[in-house]
Amino acid sequence: MHLLNGMIGALVGSAVAAAFILTAPLYVDLFQIMQLTVFAAMAVLALSLGFIWGYGGILCFGQTSFFGLGAYAYAVSAINFGDSTPAILLAILVPVIFAALLGYFMIYGGISDVYLGVITLTVSLILFNLVNSTAGDFYKIGDARLGGFNGMPGVPTFNLPGNPGYILTPEQAWMVTGIALILVYLGLRLLIASSFGRIIIAIRENETRAALLGYDPRIYKLITFMIGGAIAGFAGALYVNWGAFVSPTIFALGLSAQIIIWVIIGGRGTLIGPVIGCLLLQWMVTEIGAQQALDANFILGAILIVFVLLVPKGIAPTLRDLVMLRLGQEKTAPPEVSVKVKT
Amino acid sequence: MSAPLLQTSGLTIRFGGVTAVDGVDFTLKESELRCLIGPNGAGKSTFFKLLTGQLHPSEGHVHLRGQDISGARPHEIARQGVGIKTQVPNVFNALSVQENLWIAARHKHTPGFATELTEKILTQLHLTGIATKEVGQLAHGQRQWVEIGTVLAGEPELILLDEPAAGMTHEEVERTAELILEINKSRALIVVEHDMQFIKMIARTVTVLHQGAVLIEDDVARVLEDARVRDVYLGKGLAA
Repeated sequence: MHLLNGMIGALVGSAVAAAFILTAPLYVDLFQIMQLTVFAAMAVLALSLGFIWGYGGILCFGQTSFFGLGAYAYAVSAINFGDSTPAILLAILVPVIFAALLGYFMIYGGISDVYLGVITLTVSLILFNLVNSTAGDFYKIGDARLGGFNGMPGVPTFNLPGNPGYILTPEQAWMVTGIALILVYLGLRLLIASSFGRIIIAIRENETRAALLGYDPRIYKLITFMIGGAIAGFAGALYVNWGAFVSPTIFALGLSAQIIIWVIIGGRGTLIGPVIGCLLLQWMVTEIGAQQALDANFILGAILIVFVLLVPKGIAPTLRDLVMLRLGQEKTAPPEVSVKVKT
Repeated sequence: MSAPLLQTSGLTIRFGGVTAVDGVDFTLKESELRCLIGPNGAGKSTFFKLLTGQLHPSEGHVHLRGQDISGARPHEIARQGVGIKTQVPNVFNALSVQENLWIAARHKHTPGFATELTEKILTQLHLTGIATKEVGQLAHGQRQWVEIGTVLAGEPELILLDEPAAGMTHEEVERTAELILEINKSRALIVVEHDMQFIKMIARTVTVLHQGAVLIEDDVARVLEDARVRDVYLGKGLAA
């Protein structure tokens, strides 16, 4: 019942968001539409980490690995096929396979959480250096030159499925990106409400107990990790579609850190939190970037510190708690609960 | 004759120079209720960890209905029908009581049937009143009950209970004893406990562990009268 109520809220919220997305081009100018498009693509990336970290308990410090692989897979195949549809599929498939391999060795190898963070971060930096050194004619896949640190310009953007001649306008690309964000969000909500979702939350809470009940935590964690990779890769395709360009900085440390900050500030253990954190911080960084007085990274760092100290749960869970508290007070005061901890 | 439900042969585990469980031969018949006692550090919890795959033996074997499960992983042994309530409660803290049991029931059953089974066990354990409470917010005694409920919801054929009465009030201890006898009508149990009053309420056959080895295994009355057992518990020490 509780679950159903939550789902209705998500559907209503999504409907409102969808209405905004579809009507925005009528009253928002093109420059801002472009801004919103990249924000939405990044919000999909934030969801991928929000899911695997907040629900699966896997702190992946290198979610950009999958984002970047998805972006490059999209760019390379879009250039070769001249059609975005199979390119989008490959932008999901390539990161999933990579996540399966990387995740298998880490999770089945019994790597502890902290080292998993270190390894994923290292992998993203290795990919950064690897792609960075692919300048020159030698490094090309089919017709697509990887271009080293210069990246790949002029990547074909999304076209109508089955009709490569029809390229989406920036407004249409915005709608596709915005609706994709909503669909990923709703898909993850459904997944979390399913048995699989309940079980991965249980494993996050207590891996030993889950194993003693007959669940193999490793396979559940691996699948969670792969789903995160798939979504991050899809976000990569959305990102390239926005700029028609991809470069190795997509793998760089700055973005890896930003995603984690989005999730922390928005709220871990929710899905709407990472989206809010991502949109809010990107908007702030853009605004700060428009003036010269203060450095954006400085402000970002200050915000992170303030949040970790004062709002450790993040925006969404804190708001939810406040609302629950108000509702609770109106009905009956919650009974005193004593907590005894065995030492 | 068919193989016993559970049999260990020469079960041994060493941590560096310490032998925590030392050549234990232990046999449990189908639907038997066995109490396992012994002073602190006797190796009771370690023995349970060996039975459930949380630790792997240095030597010796564990057989479940004739099948060798030594070295199997915890989830594999759980699937063979072994459930355990651990000494320090292992529960899903951020989830509600209802969800804790449902996760356990879901492993064998469809979501709908898991919900039914959960309701049944909640009623049986008098947990319905706190079903929607977060387990992390509960008192220690209640958390113990939640974990027992979780174990029952997994419908194991052999249940291991590590100090089920610890931290409980006298009435709760009595209810726990009744519950154990009730469960034993259909399933086999091994119960580790320190509380002798509790042991007297439920025990038939008692195995005493001391310094990792079986000291004595007999009827409860005889065990409690045994001079060696008294020595062990009073801390006189026993030359190994």
